[in-house]
Amino acid sequence: MDWAAIVLSAKLAAVTLVILIPMAVGVARWLAVTTNRAKPWLEGLLALPLVLPPTVVGYYLLVAMGNRSAPGRLFESLTGHTLAFSFSGLVLASIVVNVPFAVQPVQRAFESIAPEIREAAQCCGLSFWQAMFRIELPLAWPGILSACVLTFAHTLGEFGVVLMVGGNIPGETQTVAISIYDRTQAFDHASAGAMAAALLIVSLVTIAVSYGLVERLMRRRRSA
Amino acid sequence: MTLALDLRHGAPRLDFHAELPTGRITALLGPSGSGKTSILRAIAGLIRLEGADIRLGTDVWNDDRTHRPTRERSIGLVPQQYGLFPHMSALRNVETALGNLPPAQRSERAHAAIELAHVAGLEARYPHELSGGQKQRVALARAIARQPAVLLLDEPFSAVDRSTRKRLYVELRRLHGQLQNTIVLVTHDLDEAAQLAHHLCLIRHGRLLQSGPTGDVLTRPRSEESARLLDIPNVFDGRVERLSDGNCLLHWGPHALRVPCPDAPDGARIRWAVLPSNVLLARPDKPWESHLENPVPAQVLEVIELGGEAVVRVKVFGLDDCMLQLRLPMRAIRRYHVAPGHAITICLRSADIVPLLDSGD
Repeated sequence: MDWAAIVLSAKLAAVTLVILIPMAVGVARWLAVTTNRAKPWLEGLLALPLVLPPTVVGYYLLVAMGNRSAPGRLFESLTGHTLAFSFSGLVLASIVVNVPFAVQPVQRAFESIAPEIREAAQCCGLSFWQAMFRIELPLAWPGILSACVLTFAHTLGEFGVVLMVGGNIPGETQTVAISIYDRTQAFDHASAGAMAAALLIVSLVTIAVSYGLVERLMRRRRSA
Repeated sequence: MTLALDLRHGAPRLDFHAELPTGRITALLGPSGSGKTSILRAIAGLIRLEGADIRLGTDVWNDDRTHRPTRERSIGLVPQQYGLFPHMSALRNVETALGNLPPAQRSERAHAAIELAHVAGLEARYPHELSGGQKQRVALARAIARQPAVLLLDEPFSAVDRSTRKRLYVELRRLHGQLQNTIVLVTHDLDEAAQLAHHLCLIRHGRLLQSGPTGDVLTRPRSEESARLLDIPNVFDGRVERLSDGNCLLHWGPHALRVPCPDAPDGARIRWAVLPSNVLLARPDKPWESHLENPVPAQVLEVIELGGEAVVRVKVFGLDDCMLQLRLPMRAIRRYHVAPGHAITICLRSADIVPLLDSGD
């Protein structure tokens, strides 16, 4: 077992969640209620990581992070190192590829809140933020939970983009998925098999538990 | 004091100017898509209409410069599907509307509202554990908890069964008796408006057709559009004749009906209406001239029994293409042998003949 890779993957998933989910909630809420004509384009843009090959996403990220691009140069001047092939770069890549997994379930959850409920909240004298924290977020909670689980599980299992952007540096950018690939190439099937099984079990358990929780939450509200 | 509304807008199309009396129940009556819910939402501040002017007494809610947010308007709203917060119990739903009070007072006020709305005992239940009528009452409790000056009800009885609806009518009138607040009720149900409202506004295509005390509007439609909305089938053509003595006659085929002088010149053709319930059956055992106003001979075509009364369709003598409808108690049908093919005499009291304005269509 490559414990360093497991810890790194867990850390990457946690950091991705902490940064991505609040942003995803904001974007998803806006997408759920907006009538802006650019909405389909924006939704399409956010869903691109689902359909593009990981190598394409990885390539553009790599270009954006390199010292020939303005963001890459800015990051390097601030921190003294490049984004590519670093944990920070991995986090950025992980956030980008997880956008659809984080935004879509939350957007669907906000869309399922009847407009009457939002209006009732206003008529009850609630401000926007009061309505958000007391009414909308609790109602969108199953979607947010799904987004967290999907993002977490997908980050653990992400391979292509991570390899393109982070390379394979043990302790820095070598995640479980890459470590499994690495061990398989080295014919260390015992270690690869153990980590693959661990990844399989963790992914299955988190998804099953979250589905169960979501189902329970939804059952309570279904006929309301 | 009135709730003054001046709403003109392109989409949703609105051309509505009315002053709704405070402390009374006003029904906005119109077919689906007539804009009545938009009016309610504009009062609540849920939609912002350009050039809308809404004021409660001297308190401006909306004008060219002001758009007071919903939470700062003294309103309570019961939406069509109740809008209850599904993740909260009935009590918490009501308490949520009481954020303006110190926490210690919220529970007491919420319980008082729940008592008033007759849902005591259901405080701990979640919306999905309540029947349609109970949800409606919880939504009502939540709406009245803040003691709003204006209570807005958007077709609140459309999702409950008939018997529950009848019970809720009684409860709403009782509640209004206790609170004496201003209630604006949106409905497309004429009977509902007739039973509940003191004041009635008829709306079609976002335009106010007529408003006034319910009894007046129901019996005296101002235009053919109003008559249609009020489900009055008896709308006919006539010609006005102004007599030298200052009285007027309305020529209807071969018949000349005495009427109060309408706002039309001599010889003008006008549309006029009479309510089926205002068409009287002349008793054959009494001489005409002694007591009847505007007697008209007719032949019965059809008698349809509906509960304790009957809808009678007759062909008016000399007007073959004119069908007139009257409603009579069943005992009158039996007593005077009103049956298809029989000749009868109906009379149209001059006070019940309503001249209609051009609808402008």
